Amino acid sequence: MYRTPRLFLFAAPLAAVPGRAVAAGMPQLNFHDPLLIGQVVWGAVIFGGFYLALSRFALPRVERVLTNRRARIQSDLDVARKAKAEADRASAELLSARHEAAEQARAHVERIQSEARASADAHAAETAKRLETEIANAETRITQSREQALSSLSEIATSTTQDLVSRLIGTQDEQTVANAVTRVSA
Amino acid sequence: MAAGSTIDALGQFELHPVLGHLGEALRFSQSPLFMLIAAAIVLAFLYIGMRPAAVVPGRLQAAAEISYDFVHDLAVSTIGENGATFFPFVFALFFFILAGNYLGLLPFSFTYTSHIAVTFGLAIMVFVISILASIRFQGVGFLKHFLPAGTPVWLAPLLVPIELISFLSRPVSLSIRLFANMVAGHVLLEVFAGFTIMLAGLGAFGHVLAIAPIAINIALTALELLVGVLQAYVFAILTCIYLREAVAH
Repeated sequence: MYRTPRLFLFAAPLAAVPGRAVAAGMPQLNFHDPLLIGQVVWGAVIFGGFYLALSRFALPRVERVLTNRRARIQSDLDVARKAKAEADRASAELLSARHEAAEQARAHVERIQSEARASADAHAAETAKRLETEIANAETRITQSREQALSSLSEIATSTTQDLVSRLIGTQDEQTVANAVTRVSA
Repeated sequence: MAAGSTIDALGQFELHPVLGHLGEALRFSQSPLFMLIAAAIVLAFLYIGMRPAAVVPGRLQAAAEISYDFVHDLAVSTIGENGATFFPFVFALFFFILAGNYLGLLPFSFTYTSHIAVTFGLAIMVFVISILASIRFQGVGFLKHFLPAGTPVWLAPLLVPIELISFLSRPVSLSIRLFANMVAGHVLLEVFAGFTIMLAGLGAFGHVLAIAPIAINIALTALELLVGVLQAYVFAILTCIYLREAVAH
């Protein structure tokens, strides 16, 4: 410790005088002085009172304030932590809700698209079917018309031939003409 | 006080009765008076400082809380888990000595820590309390500390007296350290103040030279402010160390 040089400085003037004189010179070592012992007794009383006042009243008061503050800070921290947890949860909920909504929207779009595609397909198929039917009908009608036309052809030919024959020869045998026409047209 | 061409550096330590005949009868000198003032200042500091009891402390409350925390940390970290038991005692010691040291720096005041009787009384109190704590926490078994564990038995006749002497010299070193520091500081202050007066008696030239001891005294006062708190701290921490040994198992 650095008390050494100071002690030396302090001791130097004292060392210059004989030991007895030092003892006599220092009031602290004059143990015949009743005030010297008196201050020790008073000191014990005062220090005892000081200690009691500190340990009973002054220090517990400081302790209380410090404990209150610690508790207050702790509870504030707890509240803040709780609020943060709630905010985190709300944010997570929001995120998941957004995610869900996006999923739903995508599913919706897909459904509508597939529905549209299906309905377009169905429409096309229906149209194709109708056209096929119409084509079939038309073909049937054409066949009928042709057959009709073909069947009326021999008739027309027969009647025309009968007319021609009757104009040419004035008479006619219906059956013969019909046979002849059939024979020619076959 | 400096009188003429001699410097009476030790007169400042003389005890005089205060309050006239009553003080004389009660052996009440300026030393216990300043003890009372010191105790009152510390208690008032804590009382006024903690009166707002605010969650966000003001300056004085922060100072009171810092001094509480400082000594509390010192006691608990040094003594250990039983430190809280001895904390009020360490607090009282630290601030009793600190206030005594600092009050003594004021002009016309008295430094009760400059009396070996007072410092030895405090040291003996620490000594007795540490012995009582040893018996309380370790029973008579604390005596085995005088023979460190693992020492050969044939060394006991040598080691036990050494340990005993070092143990018994604790109150002596504790008290003389504080006493000598305070006396040395105040003697130096008095000597240099005396130089100033002596130089001032030499006329105009001396008046100029007298500035030097004043400058030295200013520096010494700053040093004494450091020494005052340092010695109080040393006293308190040594007390904590002795108490730690007392409560250790």
